[in-house]
Amino acid sequence: MVSEDTDRTLIERIRHGDKSACAECVERHSPGVYRVALRLMGNEAEAEDVVQETFLSAFKAIDAFEGRSGLATWLYRIAHNAALMRLRRVRPDQVSVDDEEVFGEGMAVPSQMHDWCCLPERDFESSEARAELERAVRELPEKLRAVFVMRELEGLSTEETAEALDVSIDVVKVRLHRARLQLRERLSSYFTELAQAEA
Amino acid sequence: MGTAQCQHLLENMSAYLDGEASAELCAEIERHLDGCDDCRVVVDTLRKTITLYHELPQPELPPAARLRLYKSLDLSEFLNPKS
Repeated sequence: MVSEDTDRTLIERIRHGDKSACAECVERHSPGVYRVALRLMGNEAEAEDVVQETFLSAFKAIDAFEGRSGLATWLYRIAHNAALMRLRRVRPDQVSVDDEEVFGEGMAVPSQMHDWCCLPERDFESSEARAELERAVRELPEKLRAVFVMRELEGLSTEETAEALDVSIDVVKVRLHRARLQLRERLSSYFTELAQAEA
Repeated sequence: MGTAQCQHLLENMSAYLDGEASAELCAEIERHLDGCDDCRVVVDTLRKTITLYHELPQPELPPAARLRLYKSLDLSEFLNPKS
């Protein structure tokens, strides 16, 4: 984990036009920004564009970075905004504008009740199962996907996720819970079918 | 998952699995789980779902994309082979 002090020094050097500091920033943070972009956009070419756009925007706006969040969180925020703009342009049906979220309200009741936890480990580790896991994330509604990717797959804290997505902590918790339930439902269909085929 | 208690558990399931539920709520949930097979399955498979995602290999920035990224930022001179 990179310390805040190291990032602070890096930011100061970028502000002074030090290109090696920009390169260091890219080296340090591009893997995470790419993972988020890929899972938000769903394909490599668009993810690559989002990563480029993120660093171009970040270096341009570095003077506006106030340091309230960590550098990584700020970059994730820029990447999310860039991804959202693209998604609105190319897949407007996937991006809703409503923001009403109350815990429990509209929460889907689980319908898959087969216990598939006892499948052999090889069934969970197969490339087919992993592709299914990735596909299930891609098919989540955009708002749930963004929270799930940052909180669960990138390991940001609830507070950092809220900061990166510009929503409240409660909204992060609600969306994470809904995303997990939707993914459980989806994976239950897949693994139950697998369990029945193996029986 | 038809009872009000099941619904109550469903709403608090993430907090329970993340260790963020109060001791009192945990005890209430565990009592319910002892007598409700459906909720037990949902909790177990939800926990497994979370674990599977934590164990998922992380995608890596392809080398050619890394090259293009440095170029687009006019940073090619700092591009070193990945260790």
